[in-house]
Amino acid sequence: MRWLAWRMLTGDRTKYLGIVFGVAFGSLLIAQQASIFVGLMRRTSHIILDVTEPDIWVLDKYGQNVDEIQPMSENRLYQVRGVAGVDWAVKMYKGLVRVKQRDGDFRQAILIGIDDSTMIGAPQKMIQGSISDLSRPDAIIIDLAGYSLMYPGEEIQLGRTMEINDRRAVIVGICEVSAPFQTFPVAFTKYSHATQYAPRERNVMSFVLVKAEAGINQQELCEKIEEQTGLQAIRSDDFFWFNINYYIENTGIPVNFGITVMLGFIVGAAIAGQTFYLFTIENLKQFGTLKAMGVTNIRLLRMILLQALIVGTIGYSIGIAMACAFFEITGASGQADLRGMYVPWQVMLITAGAVGLIVLVASLLSIHKVLVLEPAVVFK
Amino acid sequence: MSVELAKIDSKQIAVNNAAVRCQKLTKEFRAGETIVRALRGVDVEIAYGEMTLLVGPSGCGKTTLISIIAGLLDPTDGEVEVLGENRRELTGTRLVKFRQKNIGFVFQQYNLLPALDVVENVSIPLIIGGVSQSDAKMRAAEVLKKVSLEDKINARVSQLSGGQQQRVAIARALVHDPRLMVCDEPTAALDAASGHNIMELLREVSIDQDRVVIVVTHDNRVFDFGDRVIEMADGVVENVTTNQRSRNNGGSNTKVKQT
Ligand SMILES: Nc1ncnc2c1ncn2[C@@H]1O[C@H](COP(=O)(O)OP(=O)(O)O)[C@@H](O)[C@H]1O
Ligand SMILES: [Mg+2]
Repeated sequence: MRWLAWRMLTGDRTKYLGIVFGVAFGSLLIAQQASIFVGLMRRTSHIILDVTEPDIWVLDKYGQNVDEIQPMSENRLYQVRGVAGVDWAVKMYKGLVRVKQRDGDFRQAILIGIDDSTMIGAPQKMIQGSISDLSRPDAIIIDLAGYSLMYPGEEIQLGRTMEINDRRAVIVGICEVSAPFQTFPVAFTKYSHATQYAPRERNVMSFVLVKAEAGINQQELCEKIEEQTGLQAIRSDDFFWFNINYYIENTGIPVNFGITVMLGFIVGAAIAGQTFYLFTIENLKQFGTLKAMGVTNIRLLRMILLQALIVGTIGYSIGIAMACAFFEITGASGQADLRGMYVPWQVMLITAGAVGLIVLVASLLSIHKVLVLEPAVVFK
Repeated sequence: MSVELAKIDSKQIAVNNAAVRCQKLTKEFRAGETIVRALRGVDVEIAYGEMTLLVGPSGCGKTTLISIIAGLLDPTDGEVEVLGENRRELTGTRLVKFRQKNIGFVFQQYNLLPALDVVENVSIPLIIGGVSQSDAKMRAAEVLKKVSLEDKINARVSQLSGGQQQRVAIARALVHDPRLMVCDEPTAALDAASGHNIMELLREVSIDQDRVVIVVTHDNRVFDFGDRVIEMADGVVENVTTNQRSRNNGGSNTKVKQT
């Protein structure tokens, strides 16, 4: 009876395309919304995602996330270096600064100061200029998206100057970074420069980046560092979640956006489920007639599940393809809000599961009416 | 058509050659708090080899009665014997198999599958019974000749007139040579002439010594086509009439049944 299931499904081209489109649109909504959510949450950890050299991040005991850090005094660095099992440890500055452009425009920017000698924490991907140019006086490297924010529609031009907290800065390079949570430009400079740009404070060191010696258990090393220094030491992978959890627990952003995602999810589910449910309901009389003529419930169930499988698979594939195309297109068009976002495989898997479940539930809800068929359905 | 009929009124229920026997048959539907008593004690017998009409006003229980006989509904109380089987003992898969093997259905709205062409529609009961698609189509094409639709074999159902669709449905109901044929208001959706033709065709192709044909109708224009007419009212059988059909009725397409 498989041919019959297929023919009933595709017999009416327009209706069939409608169902597939419904499921595809539902999949698109789910995948796209979930991807944006994941992308946004990843932005809370933008630096950690870019800086891959250290195993462990050390920060002040009261630091709550990558954007809210209590600066530490620099001799903390030497304490960390003194812990057994630490291969190397370097300092990093991260803070918000005020940038004044030549035209007098003020804006906020994220300033990252990297270790002068090792350059650990430097951007991985340069578009113009090179990292070694940071050794030149007042040199900073700006991220591409930030450059477009500061000089909208203008060609990249090295050598442009600006003031950071009233001190001169020269753009010597353009890099690419993971998009930060706030869409601020990101400026890199040497740690020693950064301390000059930063607001006058007693302490300026934001993080100590630590590499564990080969064969050392990183979790145990974290505990040892905390014990000996009284600071927080967090493995890179955990730090990612440390940030996200902070945003979830302390800001309304994930919850609010999570609600939007849930709405997208529900709307997507409703569209996908509804179209398939209506399809089966519309065919109720046909299924009922088949049942009257002696098709067992099991066979009817198999027919409807096969139809669900076909519609689900095709609709899902089209939906995911559309979601990927969406991020490709917005990415290529330089849309800053969605920069660096894509459909992670986990989201594809979740969407597949969700769409499968939705179509299954929709078909079971509708088949229920066939299984408990009233003769009135066929004799009318 | 000029059928000479001699009507014999009788309350007599027993027939010689019963294929269906109902005794004190009741059926109740629960609609929320209220109970609808659709059948209130039906006693009736229906014979092989003839066409029995089941007539009566709308809502009197005709569809309910044939649904029980055809194994689509279970009775609330009373006895039903169909084709030698006690209806109560037919349950689950046995009942489904029983329907598949023994019953042909004709519906008011034809209930054809619009996605399939004519010959595919007719072959469905055979395919359900496990016949291969190609064999089923061959036999379906044979039956379509009997209902004079051999030139529409590959037509889409939607391209046919109502009368033609009902002929396809009759072919489908007969393709697996069932012993019980159940038709619910087969002419109700048709104009007078088409309805007349359908009833003639039904008599011609479906009546057989080994088959029971039950036609539900409230269309009094076709009452004369039955060999026996069972009148129902308000959930009970009111009257049974035998139509004595003459042998020389001027048409070869009407079989004659002596009662
Ligand atoms: N599934 C049902 N639930 C409740 N009442 C029903 C159901 N099916 C039929 N009935 C009622 O049973 C009575 C007989 O219905 P039916 O057999 O369809 O009549 P007919 O076919 O003679 O028009 C009607 O009053 C109808 O409303
Ligand atoms: Mg009825």
